[in-house]
Amino acid sequence: MLTAIKKSFKYSLPVLFGYIPLGFAFGVMLQAAGYNAVWAFFMCIFIFSGTGQYLIVSLLAVGAGIPHVMLLTFLLHFRYFFYGLSMIDRYHKIGGLKWYLIFGLTDETYAILSTEAPPEGITRQAFYASVTFLNHCYWIIGGVLGAVIGGILPFSTEGIDFVMTALFAVLVVEQWKAHKNHLPALIGFVLPIISLIVLGADNFLIPALLAVSVVLMCLRPRFEREEIL
Amino acid sequence: MSDFMKSIGIVAAMALVTAATRYAPFLFFGRGKEPAKWIKYLGKFLPPALISVLLIYCVSTVNFLGGSHGIPELICIAVTVALHFWKGNVLLSIGVSTVLYMVLVQTIF
Repeated sequence: MLTAIKKSFKYSLPVLFGYIPLGFAFGVMLQAAGYNAVWAFFMCIFIFSGTGQYLIVSLLAVGAGIPHVMLLTFLLHFRYFFYGLSMIDRYHKIGGLKWYLIFGLTDETYAILSTEAPPEGITRQAFYASVTFLNHCYWIIGGVLGAVIGGILPFSTEGIDFVMTALFAVLVVEQWKAHKNHLPALIGFVLPIISLIVLGADNFLIPALLAVSVVLMCLRPRFEREEIL
Repeated sequence: MSDFMKSIGIVAAMALVTAATRYAPFLFFGRGKEPAKWIKYLGKFLPPALISVLLIYCVSTVNFLGGSHGIPELICIAVTVALHFWKGNVLLSIGVSTVLYMVLVQTIF
């Protein structure tokens, strides 16, 4: 296993440089909201999602209701479902670690494992498990460090919560580049802005997410026709 | 219910639903078993729309009518988007814009 981890390390390097600072920012925000490193540690282990953990800081701050949290998480993490779909073949008959591999299928882990082949001399299972495990460790280390050091940094961390906005802005650009049809992205801007103006910041999100889903389902015949042409 | 238990509940709810979205395809679809067309359709068109909604969510508490009028937010989102179209480096785009935002809100705004 140690050989496998050593050989897989270089594949996980880009994630190391991403997860430590992003996890750190999460830890800093979390401790500013009044939750210590133990919370950060367990959230990084059991949630293991950057978008989710940035969101949860604001959900904890307002003491959101459980059904609200569940619906929001479902819509936010809907994309993981489709990562999984495309990994069914790769993870087929891979052995006992399969259920851990699925648990650790983050955006970044997916990006590596769906494109890279295992290096010489280690099995597929060992490669996939090593990359997933290393990424998980980076995320935990970043989060705990942020929660521990965040409160004693010699400079003010005010404004570090912008990291969530920046992350979503980056994801918008990536989606924009990946799709020819930009109408879904534009619908995703217009409907929530209307909802925000009408309902206000506290109540707009879930109606907006549902409205976007319904409108997209209504546009399905049109979009599918355009796909074929 | 104490705040402590409430927080545990929120964390557990997010952890459970997150795991469920990851496990569902492996539980419901096997090898060679194609998911329904409408699921594939949503898989293609829903993510870009939902991500846009969440970007709006990130700035939903910003007061555009008073205070700093959302100027630091708009500047920094523009910087993130421009950098990411130009270089396509996630860490660079997020790092530069977040540090810029921290400087702006701590010094000018």
